[in-house]
Amino acid sequence: MTVESTAARTPRRSASTKSTAGKRTTAKKGTGAAQGTDPQLVQLLTPEGKRVKNAEYDTYVAGITPEELRGLYRDMVLTRRFDAEATSLQRQGELGLWASLLGQEAAQIGSGRALRDDDYVFPTYREHGVAWCRGVDPTNLLGMFRGVNNGGWDPNGNNFHLYTIVIGSQTLHATGYAMGVAKDGADSAVIAYFGDGASSQGDVAESFTFSAVYNAPVVFFCQNNQWAISEPTEKQTRVPLYQRAQGYGFPGVRVDGNDVLACLAVTKWALERARAGEGPTLVEAYTYRMGAHTTSDDPTRYRGDEERLAWEAKDPILRLRRYLEASNHADEGFFAELEAESEALGRRVREAVRAMPDPDHFAIFENVYADGHALVDEERAQFAAYQASFADAEGV
Amino acid sequence: MAAEKMALAKAINESLRRALESDPKVLIMGEDVGKLGGVFRVTDGLQKDFGESRVIDTPLAESGIVGTAIGLALRGYRPVVEIQFDGFVFPAYDQIVTQLAKMHARSLGKVKLPVVVRIPYGGGIGAVEHHSESPEALFAHVAGLKIVSPSNASDAYWMMQQAIQSDDPVIFFEPKRRYWDKGEVNTEAIPGPLHSARVVREGTDLTLAAYGPMVKTCLEVAAAAAEEGKSLEVLDLRSVSPLDFDAIQASVEKTRRLVVVHEAPVFFGSGAEIAARITERCFYHLEAPVLRVGGYHAPYPPARLEEEYLPGLDRVLDAVDRALAY
Repeated sequence: MTVESTAARTPRRSASTKSTAGKRTTAKKGTGAAQGTDPQLVQLLTPEGKRVKNAEYDTYVAGITPEELRGLYRDMVLTRRFDAEATSLQRQGELGLWASLLGQEAAQIGSGRALRDDDYVFPTYREHGVAWCRGVDPTNLLGMFRGVNNGGWDPNGNNFHLYTIVIGSQTLHATGYAMGVAKDGADSAVIAYFGDGASSQGDVAESFTFSAVYNAPVVFFCQNNQWAISEPTEKQTRVPLYQRAQGYGFPGVRVDGNDVLACLAVTKWALERARAGEGPTLVEAYTYRMGAHTTSDDPTRYRGDEERLAWEAKDPILRLRRYLEASNHADEGFFAELEAESEALGRRVREAVRAMPDPDHFAIFENVYADGHALVDEERAQFAAYQASFADAEGV
Repeated sequence: MAAEKMALAKAINESLRRALESDPKVLIMGEDVGKLGGVFRVTDGLQKDFGESRVIDTPLAESGIVGTAIGLALRGYRPVVEIQFDGFVFPAYDQIVTQLAKMHARSLGKVKLPVVVRIPYGGGIGAVEHHSESPEALFAHVAGLKIVSPSNASDAYWMMQQAIQSDDPVIFFEPKRRYWDKGEVNTEAIPGPLHSARVVREGTDLTLAAYGPMVKTCLEVAAAAAEEGKSLEVLDLRSVSPLDFDAIQASVEKTRRLVVVHEAPVFFGSGAEIAARITERCFYHLEAPVLRVGGYHAPYPPARLEEEYLPGLDRVLDAVDRALAY
């Protein structure tokens, strides 16, 4: 892929920095009609770290304090550090697999910090940053990747559902949950995370239908990271993803997914709509998966370095750092302290993974049913007898 | 007063009504379940009495129906969803198998999924394709699901009560060709366990094991066989997962012969599982191999051929004769 075609895949910035309204780009061969129209991209912070005005969304971050800005930065740095540690642990054979979020920190932290405690999150399997915002201990996320369980946390402990591996299934769970929230007369909201690849799934389309029909208080947060394993977004759609919402009768908005401030603002707006009984919203966070799909993937087979370099220039962490520095909201002491905190987190994660015990053998038979099942009881007893036969043999 | 004669479909309707009345968390969901009362009228009148927020007409999207029911269950509701016909469950199969069945285990028991999936199933009503299938074995193979099928009005009433009260997902197969069969329903009786089989006719020469629509057929077979001097015991299995092997074993130890009858294809069907396990449990009691009568390894045929495909009196009697000839 050439630099040119990469640029064609990348939407221009919002009207506040460069007016593109009404213009159409010429879709280049191989870059797909998905980006054929030039959509507005909500952006509050440029890649150079400059704060730009946005009449619609500024109000949602108007009162943000320097401390809160440093908090967002801290969240992104620690999440990236955790992610890097998990990737290393996979390379060292401590994890069977890891799905890295590298590059998507702003989309996840921005949206995650927009949530209230009573909101409920339905993630896919890459929402480590959202889990961080929910207060799920990051080491809990690693159990399923190490192979000691298929979940590992209590979904109701932090209103953060288990990771869902089947693409897009959770959007329906989120919709149903949101329907329940509305029935209860509660004013909390639900957010469903999914990717550009999942947007092709029928379940996502059905969740749009159900949420619109029942006016469910759910925010669909699509992280368009440009690649569904090796398939680019143009293999998923002929129109920009956020425009899908229009056909279902609710608003869709495309936000710069590498701009934590814009993600925070847009998600807050969408959540407030949901709370106010105005129904679902689709947010498309336009971002980039800098690493592989998972540690089993090899992106060098399907994309060039130029594309990555172009996106690295838009790094979500770097741009907030530039803004913090330029506005004197953070000093060297803050960054040094955070660096130390980062290393401590990496160490803690490494030690926790290595100390993770293998599950008890009988865990196979636990919680298959809530009320029990005769066959499970029978097979558990057979398994116990089989296990005991080794003990007997050893005892001889 | 408490005991009343009613059709099987009406018994389910009354049971759903009772559940809606007694637990505000119970919801009915499905295509056409509201004003129309369902294509078989099983939910007739429920929306009128309980409102659109309790008895919910859904978009025509089976995965969406089950997927949103999962979300509602996670929020504390107890959804009872209707799949309009057996062959339409497959768009929802992914949600049922990858999500509904496994979420309790994946959460290490922290979340419960009290979802009932009602499926009118089986043939014999002269329908077009995808309206007459018996896919119960496809669900029984999946750990995390419970599968039941009543054969009469009383069971339909009580088993539905128990399915709704269960904290596990239950696939509730309704024998659609028996919907209009009437039976006594005692709404105050204390029901037996949901997953227990029941001897519905005592006999000494051979056991016929069946569930759902085939129980009535087997009772007719036993009556016909009795005229020829053969004493057949008929076992209504009632539950496909778990299966009540103790009850089957007890009957086989008495009669020494077993014929399993179901509408679903014989190949890899529930009869195969029963035959294998009963052979293991009752090897020295059996006088004949366990025989199976069911559908063929072919798509469910057009209506004009379904009488050839479905187990009927003659095909079951033929199997009985073969078993007795050993």
